[in-house]
Amino acid sequence: MGIAYVITSGKGGVGKTTTTANLGTALANLGKKVVVVDADTGLRNLDVVMGLENRIVYDIVDVVNGLCRLKQALIRDKRFEGLYLLPTAQTKDKTAITPDEMKNICIELKKEFDYVLIDCPAGIEHGFENAIAGADRAIIVTVPEVSAVRDADRIIGKLETKGMSDHQLIINRLNIDMARKGDMLNIQDMLDILSIELLGVIPDDNKIIVSTNKGEPVVTDEDSMAGKAYCNIARRVCGEKVPMLDLEQNHGGFISIIKKIFNIK
Amino acid sequence: MDVFKNVGKYGNTSKDVAKERLKLILIHDRANMPPQFLNMIKGDLIKVISDYAEIDEDGIEISLDTGDGRSRNDNISALIANIPIKKVKDIGK
Repeated sequence: MGIAYVITSGKGGVGKTTTTANLGTALANLGKKVVVVDADTGLRNLDVVMGLENRIVYDIVDVVNGLCRLKQALIRDKRFEGLYLLPTAQTKDKTAITPDEMKNICIELKKEFDYVLIDCPAGIEHGFENAIAGADRAIIVTVPEVSAVRDADRIIGKLETKGMSDHQLIINRLNIDMARKGDMLNIQDMLDILSIELLGVIPDDNKIIVSTNKGEPVVTDEDSMAGKAYCNIARRVCGEKVPMLDLEQNHGGFISIIKKIFNIK
Repeated sequence: MDVFKNVGKYGNTSKDVAKERLKLILIHDRANMPPQFLNMIKGDLIKVISDYAEIDEDGIEISLDTGDGRSRNDNISALIANIPIKKVKDIGK
């Protein structure tokens, strides 16, 4: 029996879809059987970020409507052993699927896969309710901006109301230089405010844009700091104790300040 | 060196890949026809036409055209199929 994670944030554009795609790929590279599920019906994008947009025939709405079996809607990523995508519909709206239907699909998927990663839409309405319905745990993605941290706090509150208290934080797009100068919220600031367990930090990395342009996950790029950070997160999800990425290596010196950012004594 | 690198990559930078992917994605989004349908149509066309003619399967081109591809209000889309025929079969007529 696998485990289902919802990747959520409240605010849009903070990197939920990128995180879902890269975490999924990194977990598959660790030998796990993984399915990434797009819960953003009407504005699907996980297929595009993963470069699988040309392979879609059926989607999750077709499964719910009985037009196909669940297995027929799953797209196998030929580049990565054990990685599958369950796309959603682009031309329907969020009410095309109910939380109960989503829950049942997640139960089915957990029988087959080690990890079910659900890419949640922005917002706290129907799409959010659907995305969390079948999830056991939540990964909250935020960026070091006031608006994003505020929305993350609201989402954490919502999750707790729903009885989902098992959640962890990914801080995305951290600009080390700016955090060091005090021009950006640092890791400890955000952990203080949100009082939530940290799963990982993704440094701001232009390589994310390049890899998304091509529809290739950044975890395949060995030179990418963001890719490394996602691989580390995948190992932590698998239960390994992996120290936080040493983000100073591209910023020679200033070790003490970096240590301060990471709160290492 | 970077200049040469960029010249060499001209027309094939990652943003060009992104733009090409986007154009294709939007054509299919606007026509509400997933790209995989084209492959399925292609397979069926080959089956049907093969009864009448020998066709060059590798040379088949099937695409969806939405006018100039720019206007989102242009709801008319056309299925364009280019099927090279090698030889018409003798079907006894």
